[in-house]
Amino acid sequence: MTATFVGMPVFPTAARAALADTQLRRNLAHATSTIRAKRLSVVSEVEEWEDLRLAGAAIKDQALLDLDQHLLRLEERLTANGAIVHWARDAAEACAIVAQVARDHEVDEVVKVKSMATAEIELNERLAEHGIAAWETDLAELIVQLGDDLPSHILVPAIHRNRAEIREIFLTRMAGAGKAAPADLTDDPPELAAAARQHLREKFLRAKVGISGANFAVADTGTLVVVESEGNGRMCLTLPEVLVSVVGIEKVLPTWTDLEVFLQTLPRSSTGERMNPYTSTWSGVTPGDGPQEVHVVLLDNGRTRALADEVGRQALRCIRCSACLNVCPVYERTGGHAYGSVYPGPIGAILNPLLRGPGSGDQVDSLPYASTLCGACFEACPVRIDIPTVLVDLRAQVVDAHRGGVPSAQSVAMKGAAWTFGSGARLRAATRASGLLGDVVRRFGRRSLPGGRSALGRLPGPGAAWSGARDMPTPPSESFRAWWRRTAGGTSETSGARDPEGGPGTPRPNPGTPTTTGDRSPDQSADPSGRPAAGPLDRGVGGGAL
Amino acid sequence: MSARDEILGRVRSALTTRPEGEVDVPRAYRDAVAPVSGDAMVDLFVERVEDYRATVRRCTVAELEQAVAEAVGQAQAVVPPGLDWQVPGAVADDGQSAAELDGIDVVVTAAAVGIAVTGTIVLDHRPDQGRRALTLVPDHHVCVVRASQVVATVPEAVAALDPARPLTWISGPSATSDIELSRVEGVHGPRRLEVLLVTDA
Repeated sequence: MTATFVGMPVFPTAARAALADTQLRRNLAHATSTIRAKRLSVVSEVEEWEDLRLAGAAIKDQALLDLDQHLLRLEERLTANGAIVHWARDAAEACAIVAQVARDHEVDEVVKVKSMATAEIELNERLAEHGIAAWETDLAELIVQLGDDLPSHILVPAIHRNRAEIREIFLTRMAGAGKAAPADLTDDPPELAAAARQHLREKFLRAKVGISGANFAVADTGTLVVVESEGNGRMCLTLPEVLVSVVGIEKVLPTWTDLEVFLQTLPRSSTGERMNPYTSTWSGVTPGDGPQEVHVVLLDNGRTRALADEVGRQALRCIRCSACLNVCPVYERTGGHAYGSVYPGPIGAILNPLLRGPGSGDQVDSLPYASTLCGACFEACPVRIDIPTVLVDLRAQVVDAHRGGVPSAQSVAMKGAAWTFGSGARLRAATRASGLLGDVVRRFGRRSLPGGRSALGRLPGPGAAWSGARDMPTPPSESFRAWWRRTAGGTSETSGARDPEGGPGTPRPNPGTPTTTGDRSPDQSADPSGRPAAGPLDRGVGGGAL
Repeated sequence: MSARDEILGRVRSALTTRPEGEVDVPRAYRDAVAPVSGDAMVDLFVERVEDYRATVRRCTVAELEQAVAEAVGQAQAVVPPGLDWQVPGAVADDGQSAAELDGIDVVVTAAAVGIAVTGTIVLDHRPDQGRRALTLVPDHHVCVVRASQVVATVPEAVAALDPARPLTWISGPSATSDIELSRVEGVHGPRRLEVLLVTDA
């Protein structure tokens, strides 16, 4: 497989390409609306849903805030139960451990359960470098792998493909990877699933080494949990002689009892089912049943970096249900590839910068802006990750990471606005100037907004990008302050000429005049967008942008 | 420094800014009234299992062997070593390879727990349920659940199960929704799940 997220363009560039793909948008709109409706219906069956969310968030926080102790306990229990525990600082180290296990058993192929952690470390590509073929066995992952494609959704990696495209991939690619698809294959989903069953069964039956991740790792019992639907997980976890599970260190739960919360919230949030068809748990080696050699690789790869971020560490609560993707208006229109990572959507927009560090690259730095901050993701999240707040905090970190050097057009504009708002006299001058500008523009204005108000066309120079996606009304010819003085506080609307000094009703300067725009003052938290106070040119501009 | 020590060190230094005190886990969800009990609970279990397009057949202890024979039909069945009743013509599990199990049509087992709210059966792979491969490779799983094994909710099931044993939670037959999110039954696990619910009456 050659497809890789390395070198992906920044989000706005990738999103523009995705938005132009009408097939993709149709596939996504259908899929996300279907799953939203299913989720809503099964979540509404559970009266204590909010209590479960609160408990889930607290359990994960408890696990994270004493993570070192829980990891040590997990290692101790797993080892006592006959498993071999490895630790991996980064992707290269984790891949090397898995490759070594495969080499020790002299295999040139392994079967895999769908796993975000192994996708994150690009395990398949690294194993291929060692001459080991890693076969994905989840239907959607198989579609992605055969199509030399990239996953675009956490739960349904081939969500961007429709049945006709899947049929084509199976017909042209299956033979090269093993058992060929039947020549008379139609695009009927049951037939496509049957072809995948035939193709993969021979691989399951001969595989010596299986690779998985884990949805949860229970510290006090050393139990690993995999939640799935198709049975491919059970095949990989049960039939091979050797099992290697790559587990992110944030997957730890303190106690066995804690599972009672997540086995209620995860299936309903992810696939919109009361329970997923199969859940497998194992706590090491079971004599006479299943793999007799079990390896567990505990993976950091940026997780401790995210843990050190006080605002962002809550992202490590994520149980990879993908509910946030399915409700996100940005994801629904751009699809997952635009995020340039195996973690797309709202959670990807925070997880990638947290794992890799703001300032680590333009692509990663573009992700905190890939949001409308509408908050739907927070509402849907079963562990209450406040994604909008983390996004805003990360935006600030991205800005901080780029301080020094040549200031951007935006930072120049913001500095200018701060200076203007810093004094009543300067603000008065500016509003007067904008009124004059409005008069000029209205005279030559070529566009009008719904409702008849005139609008500016595309701005020249640095403002072009900003106005390319926004309608900007022309400034009014008179500021509120000027109107107030002229009409004595609205009491004499018809009174004569504009009176620069005002009449008897002239108010004192308003102490509430906005002062700064750049600082993140506490009272801004009331505005979930964290957007700076609107300048005079901003009035009436509605809606967010990507 | 070993990777283990380095990761643990990173974890500890990442948590120097942790908030004071312990995190209390609010367990208010446990106060939720159990949605059902008694006969209604068993009825809900049946309804929810069937909602997954599994089939449910109710029988008494006396009728069980007949019900099993009907479910198996003319097909060849494999059974775990500790089953409490006879399955005529069945092959005993003597450690067949996965490829050998692939040639067998049906498996008959008991279960450990049934969950009414979610329509789930849980196997803990004791001798009456057999090793995990047994209920995975054959295409048709006939699972006997006693009404007394049914609990209402997921927390009750978690409390009743032993984490030291491998567990398999099963809700309906193998299924996928990976193609345009339309649900297809039967991918890699058993394509047919038949639950025989044994009532005491």
